[in-house]
Amino acid sequence: MGAEMNTEEIPLLEVEELKMHFPVRGGVFMKQVGAVKAVDGVSLSIRKGETLGLVGESGCGKSTLGKALVRLLKPTAGRIRFMGRDITTMSQFGLRPLRQDFQMVFQDPAESLDSRMSVGEIISEPLVIQKMGNRVQRQERVAELLDRVGMPRAAAQKFSFEFSGGQRQRIGIARALAVNPDLLILDEPVSALDVSVQAQVLNLLLELQRDLGLSYLFIAHDLGVVKHMSDRVAVMYLGKLVEVASADAIYEDPRHAYTKALLSAIPVPDPTVKREKVILEGDVPSPIDPPAGSAFGDRMNHPRYEETVGMDLGLREIAPDHLVARDLCCLSEEDWKKVE
Amino acid sequence: MSGPLLEIRDIVTSFTTERGWVRAVDGVSFEVAAGKTVGLVGESGCGKTVTAMSIVDLLPKPSGHVLEGEILFKGHDLRKVKEKRMREVRGGEIGVIFQEPMAALNPVHRIGRQLVEAIRLHKKVSARTALEEAVEWLEKVGIPAPERRVSEYPHQLSGGMRQRVMIAIALCCHPDLIIADEPTTALDVTVQAQILDLLGTMRGEMGTAVLLITHDLGVIAEQCDEVVVMYAGRIVERAPVKDLFANPRHAYTRGLLGSIPRLDSERKSVLQTIPGQVASIQDFTQGCRFCQRMERKGKWEHQRPPYIELTPDHWVEGCELCMEEGHGS
Repeated sequence: MGAEMNTEEIPLLEVEELKMHFPVRGGVFMKQVGAVKAVDGVSLSIRKGETLGLVGESGCGKSTLGKALVRLLKPTAGRIRFMGRDITTMSQFGLRPLRQDFQMVFQDPAESLDSRMSVGEIISEPLVIQKMGNRVQRQERVAELLDRVGMPRAAAQKFSFEFSGGQRQRIGIARALAVNPDLLILDEPVSALDVSVQAQVLNLLLELQRDLGLSYLFIAHDLGVVKHMSDRVAVMYLGKLVEVASADAIYEDPRHAYTKALLSAIPVPDPTVKREKVILEGDVPSPIDPPAGSAFGDRMNHPRYEETVGMDLGLREIAPDHLVARDLCCLSEEDWKKVE
Repeated sequence: MSGPLLEIRDIVTSFTTERGWVRAVDGVSFEVAAGKTVGLVGESGCGKTVTAMSIVDLLPKPSGHVLEGEILFKGHDLRKVKEKRMREVRGGEIGVIFQEPMAALNPVHRIGRQLVEAIRLHKKVSARTALEEAVEWLEKVGIPAPERRVSEYPHQLSGGMRQRVMIAIALCCHPDLIIADEPTTALDVTVQAQILDLLGTMRGEMGTAVLLITHDLGVIAEQCDEVVVMYAGRIVERAPVKDLFANPRHAYTRGLLGSIPRLDSERKSVLQTIPGQVASIQDFTQGCRFCQRMERKGKWEHQRPPYIELTPDHWVEGCELCMEEGHGS
């Protein structure tokens, strides 16, 4: 993304210490008895024209983070700035004009497309909400968008359930593109699709980014797909980011123990490769009452876990543009010395 | 015993639907040798699960039926045996692991009871002995505190733990063959790695053969000795795993392998795709179905291409267009 180098100083989206907690209620009076700390102090930025990949296992908070970023949820704490404007506490009414600039594509197109609306109505709905164009202009825009995502124009008169999964996801992408956004939050956009169809949708997303200069937050659990799509990758574990770096650095030189374990767990589609695997014990812990110290250190039963309780586990720059959690359980001795 | 443990010859499985009969599996033949792991791969709707369920007669009744072919298990045709014998085979000699353990386990019975049931169905032991055995099995599949877990209900376990219980139930009668239908698809990668590791260890210790159904070519590459690739109800290619990945001969196999983003491929490069889409099952042609997808006309437009052995143990559906296209590019 050489052309965008000069604008790199002003990130499109910037998040500081974002927290998204959900109350857990119980007892006779439904008093709050705890909190699900789905997102617990995340800082990141998305630069213009880049794709930031967000990976982690189910329940780590990646989808919640995606929703909070575009203010589909109201953050518990922290700050979100979109093109320099603070949108953390903006009302939904105040946000509406800004929604032209960021749109979302969801995982399951069967559920995120209204089955009682025609495809044309689905794609033009954001235009209606944003009061863009008249009826005829909107119809033209729908035809243009259908061309753009590789669907026949006649699709506008049909219903979404008449299409296959891959085609439905194209409709979802067309809807997101309708208002000419700068940023798309793609929440597991291809996980529900078969591999050959998945490749078609990934190619479409890459082509759209190239032609329209879009920025993506690409949320997925498939690390092969994330590496293919992303410029930078953020790894999330139990509500916190543990490592953020360029896609190449994450895959070739991972520093955090969790990133290493995650990478070694992916089966490689090449029977001649035999790799040493890190087999983790136990499951991803619950975000209700997460461990007080290093969450991954706790899962690994690290002997020095106790020392991390109360310690600042925030991200530190360990190499240029390579951030890693300052966590003594999860870093090599050499790396720990650098950030201690 | 001579010959393979399981030999499937030309089976046809069909379902009655509102729109008449459809053939979900249309003439499929392959073998599983004792102690080997065979992967069955293909995209959703290709008939891989139906093939597996045809073997153990677990098709949805009354709509699903195996119409033709032979399913030879240890030399005997399972289609001809009585239901009583089938019950001994299913669970006793052939264990089954399903994709979604929450759906396969009974939610109102304790884990222990479900294991005991499986053990006592196939072995004449007292309930007490069976329960002791159940605890041992839970320990073998890596469940912490098995004495306590044995009296818990499925909902109290995590997804990975439930799949371990399923594996324990499938293994507890020392079967010769395990059919594992997408055993790790519902799990996270780190948990998937645990489960595959466990299956691998168990396979090594007990010498059980496995028919592993998956859509994940990575899992196939790591786990299998041989691969069967299915497309639209038929086998398009079948080969030893290294041979298949190094030298895929059918255009569909090539397309499938080319469309997965690999960790070592160039970032943001255009991925290979397979044009078009699978025809709906009612519209399947008698001829080459991959040509049908590609809208190609040729020698095998109306007639089924022969299943040929190109090199030893490397079988392919012999449509010249699909093989040539694969080779040319």
